Amino acid sequence: MSGVRLLVGTRKGAFVLTSDGKRERWEVSGPHFAGWEVYHVKGSPADPNRLYASQTSGWFGQIIQRSDDGGKTWTQPGTPPGERTTPEGMPKGESNKFVYDTSAETGKPLTTHQFYDGTQHPWEFKRVWHLEPSLSEPDTVYAAVEDAALFRSKDGGKSWKELSGLRGHGTGPKWQPGAGGMCLHTVLLDPSNPRRMYVAISAAGAFRSDDAGETWRPINRGLKSQYIPSPEAEVGHCVHRIAMHRSKPGVLFMQKHWDVMRSDNAGELWQEVSGNLPSDFGFVIDVHANEPETIYVVPIKSDSEHFVPDGKLRVYRSRTGGNEWEALTKGLPQRDCYVNVLRDAMAVDSLDKCGVYFGTTGGQVYASADAGDNWTPIVRDLPAVLSVEVQTLP
Amino acid sequence: MIRVELPAHLRGLAHVSGEVQVEIKGPITQRSVVDALEASYPMLRGTIRDHVTQERRPFLRFFACEEDLSHESIDAPLPDAVISGKEPLLIVGAIAGG
Repeated sequence: MSGVRLLVGTRKGAFVLTSDGKRERWEVSGPHFAGWEVYHVKGSPADPNRLYASQTSGWFGQIIQRSDDGGKTWTQPGTPPGERTTPEGMPKGESNKFVYDTSAETGKPLTTHQFYDGTQHPWEFKRVWHLEPSLSEPDTVYAAVEDAALFRSKDGGKSWKELSGLRGHGTGPKWQPGAGGMCLHTVLLDPSNPRRMYVAISAAGAFRSDDAGETWRPINRGLKSQYIPSPEAEVGHCVHRIAMHRSKPGVLFMQKHWDVMRSDNAGELWQEVSGNLPSDFGFVIDVHANEPETIYVVPIKSDSEHFVPDGKLRVYRSRTGGNEWEALTKGLPQRDCYVNVLRDAMAVDSLDKCGVYFGTTGGQVYASADAGDNWTPIVRDLPAVLSVEVQTLP
Repeated sequence: MIRVELPAHLRGLAHVSGEVQVEIKGPITQRSVVDALEASYPMLRGTIRDHVTQERRPFLRFFACEEDLSHESIDAPLPDAVISGKEPLLIVGAIAGG
């Protein structure tokens, strides 16, 4: 029987939740990396036992962890536990080294971005927000980092190199941090075109590469943001998350700071599809695994009140690709609830019926085994949830 | 042998419990101690000092013999009691939450 494995990153460690295909009973393992912030954990589509995790700390910096057995054991790539090296043999410990490209071709223009106060500020590496494994190569993985940049490893996370064409394409000095920092948080890989990929940055916008990450251009036409001097500027938009369905990779859905948007032409033009949502502010957006026009969001009250409206935790589903939304509430708290659902904290499995999962800043992870009609909490009392990914296992 | 006490997060990362000991040939300084730590425990590279600048991470402090050595020269000799092994060098996370 098939099963699912949820990979949950929290403020104080990672958890792995597993179930069979019924998705009724769950086993919980963890905390892994206890006490550390785990921004993201994700498995390789090409090898489900290969997992990558971003373990981070304001005190001790960035650590990359890898599992080759589905999350049972973890190592820092290139540095197996217990293995000691001598001063003469030191090619290890590089897996947590993220150094911005300062080559002669790209160095100087890449050195500053716009700071909160409008002045220029040096790029400084802070952490990895998101890890996106290649669709076909288990050893290839992309790291989306703060301050915003994209790195790639081709050796299973042992070493990282920046894809500097993103920061170097020219608009970098206009990018500015959102409330959570200037983070690159979303990486989408086009399953039909290995050379096409998308990223999203808060607050810069969405960008597309058609040459496997070498060169990039902004794809923000149609976005309107009142919090920047020119609301329809080429960059500066606080995009919170973008999503696609693998069968329609040219159709993109976006949860912007405010506004839910869609594009039917690979980001060339966006149109608003917020429709009847009670608030079009939010962080997560995801697409049903088997229905490419069924999408999910969790409306949040506002940018100053990061919790669900009216004390009610409601997932909203549109079966029409936006504009027409229905509230999904069965099994979710409908009074006195003031949690948030962060941008990487929703995922869908590919079973029939599609499973939908999300985690909250209150430490709950909710699951629906019927595409959102009914919800149950898998766990209620984890640390604040930063990310949720799911693997559908054979 | 130089005794070093790591913060709990780094003990977990290095898979050690309690103090660690490192052997150093030459001057016993903050720099040489961290060099030796990173050689013995490569998983700690980048966690105590920045990969590129090699500067102490801002939320970490170096204490020994009831003194804060964080702002001493990294190439200054450590106190005699640390060099003799009587006292450990303490690597401590700042108390700003956590």
